Amino acid sequence: MATSGVKLYGGRPSPYVNRVVMALEMKSVDYELVEMNPYEKSELLIKINPIHKKIPVLVHGDRPICESLIIVQYIDDAWTNGPSILPTDPYDRATARFWAAFIDDNFFPLLREMREAEEEAKRLVFEKVLEAFALLEEAFITISKGKAFFGGDTVGYLDIALGSFVGYLRLSEMLNANYKILDETKTPLLAEWAERLYSDSLVKDAMLDPQKLLESLTKFQAMPKTDSN
Amino acid sequence: MPVKVLDFWASPFGVRVRVALAEKGVSYESQEEDLFGGKSDLLLQSNPIYEKVPVLLHDDKPVLESSNIVYYIDETWPSPKLLPASSYDRSRARFWTDFIDKKVYDAGRNIWMGKGAEVEAAKDEFIDVLKKLEGALGNREYYGGDQFGFLDIIFVSLSCWFPTYEKYGGFKVEEETPKIAAWLKKCYKRETVAKSMPDSQKVIEFVGMMRKMHGIE
Repeated sequence: MATSGVKLYGGRPSPYVNRVVMALEMKSVDYELVEMNPYEKSELLIKINPIHKKIPVLVHGDRPICESLIIVQYIDDAWTNGPSILPTDPYDRATARFWAAFIDDNFFPLLREMREAEEEAKRLVFEKVLEAFALLEEAFITISKGKAFFGGDTVGYLDIALGSFVGYLRLSEMLNANYKILDETKTPLLAEWAERLYSDSLVKDAMLDPQKLLESLTKFQAMPKTDSN
Repeated sequence: MPVKVLDFWASPFGVRVRVALAEKGVSYESQEEDLFGGKSDLLLQSNPIYEKVPVLLHDDKPVLESSNIVYYIDETWPSPKLLPASSYDRSRARFWTDFIDKKVYDAGRNIWMGKGAEVEAAKDEFIDVLKKLEGALGNREYYGGDQFGFLDIIFVSLSCWFPTYEKYGGFKVEEETPKIAAWLKKCYKRETVAKSMPDSQKVIEFVGMMRKMHGIE
């Protein structure tokens, strides 16, 4: 089943592409990363993702799979070696899906709003970001049940869904110390969890380095709004 | 383990949960929420972030968001299987579920909430969304292939609001996307679907009331 070629289309700095990289690393899948600029709607991008025209797209053999979280679930389904990404219990799975959707529908749009806001409005949005992050801290307490990750002893679906943004959270703080989201005084468990990801054997090589992100961001500064999903 | 559903008669998202539970032959208690008069404490406690229906309570543990609930129902009661068998087909079902969730209800809402020129633009967008979904159906009997399945449940449930969109948008689903109209007719013959849908005339009246509330008519 998993012997055909695997290509991942997208830019390495994208947190959405990063989710797929984390999942592929967890399953030790051989893949080729094909750098693709999401702002140039190339013929190839339109061919593999005609509906949304966004990256990442995973092409397994000749079959394209789109939307980062859907790709992660596909990887979990298609490669049964290695650790399970989603939990096995249906209720735990439902909980994981709910919070992953919260991250995409609530948390990330707030981050983007904060990045694009003018100085006066930024502080107000920052407060909303912190509120959302506080909900995620509570979720972590319930879901991890005292263990190292959302997934328990091993990294799992929610660790990937949120972990892919950690590089950007650190970057935000690097650019302006007033905007510290991973704050050990406010969300101590998530602050520790984020640190842990950078040394976890399964995903450490996939984690985004804030310094490298700064370099890429400078390149993309002039571009219109982010077009990855 | 008891099953309870917090629901609202006109909610197309509630319909998804009704159909899925019916397909699995699961008995449950339905609690009608008064979304305008006052949401129950149980709803507010079960869904504190969004305060929305439907909510499925399985042995008092809440499951939220209709698509999420249907995935949960499929995994908890194994027979008949709603999601397809292969990993790739499952990814297609998830993709189109996500597309439907992001596009259909909001595009429809823009039609009945729209004023003046907004309505025409909203209608065009809605038809474009339907055409993409018609493309996804292709020549299959159902979105699930030969059998009615997960994606059929996700999409058919929203159709109880189609007569409302047709009325305010001035179009007919049958003319714009005949394959979808044909697929809908097939689905409505299914008992689980027919008994789960609200009366579309009552939905039109309900939307008429909402328009008045929002000062549109």
